[in-house]
Amino acid sequence: MAVMTIRDAINATLHQEMERDDSIIVLGEDVVGGMGTAGGPEAIGGIWGATGGLYAKFGADRVIDTPISESAIVGAAAGAALAGKRPVAELMFADFVGVSLDQLWNQMAKFRYMFGGKTRCPAVIRLIYGAGMNTAAQHSQSVYAMMTSIPGLKIALPATPADAKGLLTEALRGDDPVLFFEHKALFGAKGEVPDGEYRVPFGHARMVREGGDVTIVACGRMVNFAQKAADKLAEDGIGCDLIDLRSTSPMDEEAILDSVEETGRLVVVDESPPRCSLAADIAALASLKAFTALKAPPQMVTGLHTPIPFARELERAWLPSPAKIEEAVRTTLAFRS
Amino acid sequence: MSQLGREALLDAYEKMATIRAFEERLHEEIKTGEIPGFTHLYCGQEAAAVGVCAHLDDDDYIVSTHRGHGHCIAKGCDVVGMMKEIYGRADGLCKGKGGSMHIADVSVGMLGANGIVGAGAPLAVGAAISAKIDGRGKVSVAFSGDGACNQGTTFEAMNMAVVTRAPAIFVFENNHYSEHTGVDYAVGTAGDIASRAEAFGMKVWRADGCDFFATYDAMRDLLDHVRGGGGPAAIELDTERFYGHFEGDPQRYRGKGELDRIREQRDCLKAFRKTAGERGLLDAADLDAIDAKVAALIDRAVTEARAAPPPNPDDVHADVYVSY
Repeated sequence: MAVMTIRDAINATLHQEMERDDSIIVLGEDVVGGMGTAGGPEAIGGIWGATGGLYAKFGADRVIDTPISESAIVGAAAGAALAGKRPVAELMFADFVGVSLDQLWNQMAKFRYMFGGKTRCPAVIRLIYGAGMNTAAQHSQSVYAMMTSIPGLKIALPATPADAKGLLTEALRGDDPVLFFEHKALFGAKGEVPDGEYRVPFGHARMVREGGDVTIVACGRMVNFAQKAADKLAEDGIGCDLIDLRSTSPMDEEAILDSVEETGRLVVVDESPPRCSLAADIAALASLKAFTALKAPPQMVTGLHTPIPFARELERAWLPSPAKIEEAVRTTLAFRS
Repeated sequence: MSQLGREALLDAYEKMATIRAFEERLHEEIKTGEIPGFTHLYCGQEAAAVGVCAHLDDDDYIVSTHRGHGHCIAKGCDVVGMMKEIYGRADGLCKGKGGSMHIADVSVGMLGANGIVGAGAPLAVGAAISAKIDGRGKVSVAFSGDGACNQGTTFEAMNMAVVTRAPAIFVFENNHYSEHTGVDYAVGTAGDIASRAEAFGMKVWRADGCDFFATYDAMRDLLDHVRGGGGPAAIELDTERFYGHFEGDPQRYRGKGELDRIREQRDCLKAFRKTAGERGLLDAADLDAIDAKVAALIDRAVTEARAAPPPNPDDVHADVYVSY
């Protein structure tokens, strides 16, 4: 197993899968980078470095730099998927999803259903998301909760390099549209990545640690925050089950409910605003399906119901943090009904 | 002058007549209240759909509009299956999940009617990119109306098609109304759509969309250009809408006598008969026989659609995903 970053795991997976399957094409703004400039193609290789080297290896037919046209990028991915390709489109910032929303939620998410199950739309949209780099309100959002509410889209959020490879491979081999969320603060995160073919099925959560006192559910970068909180709580003898969802649609409800049945206490960590969030969804799930097991109300650690602010102090105040997670765990443990 | 042989001419007329009969019948059947939802009739524009699609094979793609029945029939979708779909039946072309606005049949290259005005052009560019990679000379056609030509998606798609040199063809059917608003008001280039496409760097054509022969000939030239590697192209077809935006639209925005006039002077089926007769291409008897055949088909479609079973509510969860 090689140790690599999430950025490199994504890049290596794209190389590996594009070699294996020539129906895979990559498109987006600056995924080649430098087209039409003195610097020339591959001067950039993707703003996030995830698509470097693809153009040199697979050429202009399969690695397509597009104009800044999110509707056309996502729509073209949907159309190419209907026509038998497996497009991987990059939305440089997940915040831009609104610009292309019709093509996501009215087009690719619905084709299969409204066309009577006779079509496939195997498009993968990579969306770079998340706060923590002071990129402010229009370049920091975690729109995965919003997207999870759309039937027909599969939603994946790797928290580790291994999962980045396994989930992206799974997305590229499946026949459904997948929104693949990559946290911009995790690109440099290192970890062991299995060699060769490696797939992580959607809807199967990863049990990061078992503790038995409280269930913490998280996804994406929030898994790391929760891990830090759990380490701290362990010093006081508090044991946390930490569940990394890996995909929110489909979502591993069984893993959540099994753990809550045992612990009776639930803390959900979600990097979105709290209203109509993933945290609210999972809290509702526990209330509906594990009501008698609950010893305390589910706790939600989320962003705030505000746009994401710019200044470091304000952004820190907005974001969930290990300290806030720790506090939520202590709150649920202290609850007496 | 068109190089169409007798069989091809008969087939073109049959497609046009089928669209007309399908739509005129829907106009009547909707009054019974048996057809759910919104229906937007294409009647009057038949020469446009058929003049374009007569050049296309099942391997070529089209992406359609709100007013999609004509494109579906022209591209070869099963007419009985379409009628069942519009009635919301279990064995409709889309199993009763799509209805009038969302009919698709990928097996004949028909990538879908669309409930969102302007959504189709980017999809068509994607299919065109796919066709370009395959290198087998396939093309992808985006049908858009004069309403959709004002959507940003259409602009983005035209630019991306030019940038990627994908074999995309933008067919603008200008029927002079986007919903209930006139083209002279809503299309800022004094109602001229083709000049916009030209501004994106495409070669453009213009034709009378009520004249099958003119449309067919212009499309032949356009396709020679596109299949010959000349890059994407656009055509604006001047056409007419015989009915309202949606069925039930009282059309108070129409001028006095306007509908009578376009039915009298701009009917593409009448024009086809006239031209085919004048040029000695087909006899009236040939065309009458097709009319009778088409009438029987539409009767059967309605009878079968009425008798077809409704979907099972248990199937409401089916086909959201391929696998979950």
